[in-house]
Amino acid sequence: MIAPALLALAVLAPGDVATVRVASKKFTESVLLAELAAELVETTGASVERREELGGTRVVWEALLRGDVDIYPDYTGTLLREVFGARPAGDEAELARMLAAKGVAMTRPIGFQDSYAIGMRRELAARLHVETISDLASHPELRLAFTDEFMDRADGWPALRSRYHLPQRGVRGLDHDIAYRALASGEIDATDLYTTDAEISRYHLLALADDRKAFPEYQAVFVYRADLERRAPRALEAVRRLEGRISAPEMVGMNARVRFDGVSSAEVAAGFLAGKLDVHAPVNVADVWTRLRERTGEHLVLVAISLSIAVAVAIPLGIWAARRRRAGRVILGVVGVVQTIPSLALLVFMLPLLGIGARPAIAALALYGLLPIVRNTHAGLVGIAPELRESAEALGLSRWARLRLVELPLASPSILAGVKTSAVITVGTATLGALVGAGGYGQPILTGIRLASTSRILEGAVPAALLALAVQGLFDLLERALVPRGLALSSSEPPSRS
Amino acid sequence: MKRFGPETALGPVTLSVRERATLALIGPSGSGKSTLLRLMMGLLAPDEGELLFRGEPVRTDDRARRRKMGYVVQGGGLFPHLRASDNVSLVARTIGWPKARVSLRLRELATLCHLAEASLARYPAELSGGERQRVSLMRALMLDPEVLLLDEPLGALDPITRSELQADLRRIFGELEKTVVLVTHDLAEAAFFAHRVALFREGRLVQEGTLGELERDPATSFVTRFVEAQRANAGGGSPR
Repeated sequence: MIAPALLALAVLAPGDVATVRVASKKFTESVLLAELAAELVETTGASVERREELGGTRVVWEALLRGDVDIYPDYTGTLLREVFGARPAGDEAELARMLAAKGVAMTRPIGFQDSYAIGMRRELAARLHVETISDLASHPELRLAFTDEFMDRADGWPALRSRYHLPQRGVRGLDHDIAYRALASGEIDATDLYTTDAEISRYHLLALADDRKAFPEYQAVFVYRADLERRAPRALEAVRRLEGRISAPEMVGMNARVRFDGVSSAEVAAGFLAGKLDVHAPVNVADVWTRLRERTGEHLVLVAISLSIAVAVAIPLGIWAARRRRAGRVILGVVGVVQTIPSLALLVFMLPLLGIGARPAIAALALYGLLPIVRNTHAGLVGIAPELRESAEALGLSRWARLRLVELPLASPSILAGVKTSAVITVGTATLGALVGAGGYGQPILTGIRLASTSRILEGAVPAALLALAVQGLFDLLERALVPRGLALSSSEPPSRS
Repeated sequence: MKRFGPETALGPVTLSVRERATLALIGPSGSGKSTLLRLMMGLLAPDEGELLFRGEPVRTDDRARRRKMGYVVQGGGLFPHLRASDNVSLVARTIGWPKARVSLRLRELATLCHLAEASLARYPAELSGGERQRVSLMRALMLDPEVLLLDEPLGALDPITRSELQADLRRIFGELEKTVVLVTHDLAEAAFFAHRVALFREGRLVQEGTLGELERDPATSFVTRFVEAQRANAGGGSPR
């Protein structure tokens, strides 16, 4: 009894032996800033858990409030407009007050602004004489596409459109990195940019002037849980050394190093810290095989647990649906509707309940896995020939015995086929788990999209495809082992009913 | 009386079955004979009226009584995922018969029903139509029921198998001295097996009696027409 108590005390003991969880959103600048903070924290002796590339402001913010994340980089404008929905852009003092009410604090500005801007190819802008966002109003034929987040958030496209009375229709939503490539290749004419994006000069783009001040200030800051001051004061102190130290050109330079020179964000961050703050952080970049092993482990855990839950829930639901016709319609309907919920929406929906990491991903995957199993269990049971059903009943078997000895074995090929479908779908869908910090093969895919690196994307996509094939093969073997031999016989040569 | 939707499927019918005798329910398809068999088995509940088994009303939830009645569903109803022996012994095993008793009874029934012991280890898909029908009968007889109900036991068999099985069935009924009710649409078959015949038409019992009574003293002209039509169809093909 004493030893566990001592152990608990040791774990709970305050001081800088604490673990600091550093998160970032899924764009390079956020990943870089988080890496800078993480390396600084590590110099104090505290251990760091990195939660990289989470799927958007909502996800990180919820995780911070729940305590799954301690600190992450964000921008004052984003916090004011998106998190707090403040319509007139408030000032920093007001923001600090609003944060404090949530048990959150922020550092002083890091030094640079990363504002939204609207970008066009220089050559096209010159031809159309477009220099400001106001000028866009006289060119309704321009094809606009924005990042999904910009499309939806209050300070994004809706604000811009009403402020400038923009006439463009059919505005599309795109991923940020894909939008740049579409812009460069002329598939679209304008998109939203961040002013520190390395691509602006690279792709010869013009950031149009925000002449009517639609966008608020976007000072980069670190946002952290207020209790970090008490839990890890030295770690926080270390991160604070970045306050006012990174200029916009320096940030653009670091972004470009990662985006275009293929240097890892860990190395770029370490290089900056060494040059600017004389801090020498050890860099350990995992090689491909280590990464692959870790991602495979994470992915298998996601698939195995969520599939087990789906099977455990879906088979009884399918049985119930087959027994009660009215309940069956409701069950099949509800399970079908779950399938239509967009996966990111479902993941974000889970966050307040389950936080970030594997748990929300497993819950969402289990929900998505239900439909094929429920439907096939139901179909397998309902499809049993009436004379077999009647025979079982006439023999005087109890309901449970009928189900166990006759109905489920007869439905087993259909049920197994459902589980197989569900498993293959889950292997694919689990790549989305990376958006909520669950890791898996989605992580290299996210990184690959962010860095426009095909090899990185393949590092996730190829193993995911191979795993799907392996799962399919495994179930083919399982089918041979589990489907009763008599059924295999009667399906290969249908019993002559003559 | 039993209704399916607005249609009356059967009845009202008053019919008593004599113990240790064989009764054939006969009539054109859709005349309600199979429905009556299901009511007797307690698989369906009557909408009006009642069924008595030795003075006790037949309930649809009485599993113990069902085990005293053997039922061979139309088409045999063997479970394709179980070997013949497992099909036959399924219920005995679930109610806890010891292994030795199960295998003794299996051998007894195989002898009675003329099924080769090797066939017991086969799956239904590996058996011939006649063998499957024998296994179905063995399954119905496993718990030594007091009553045996058969729905078209020779329904879909080729003529040679049919006549072999017909002879065997009559011998088995004779040896067992059980109360047997069987459904058929074939008058010759009914006459071959049964002491008495109950003729149905559109859910009504038209006449019940021996075949001789139906011929000599038909209740309606339908009885005469049915008997004559069957005679003509059979064309002397009826066994004996």
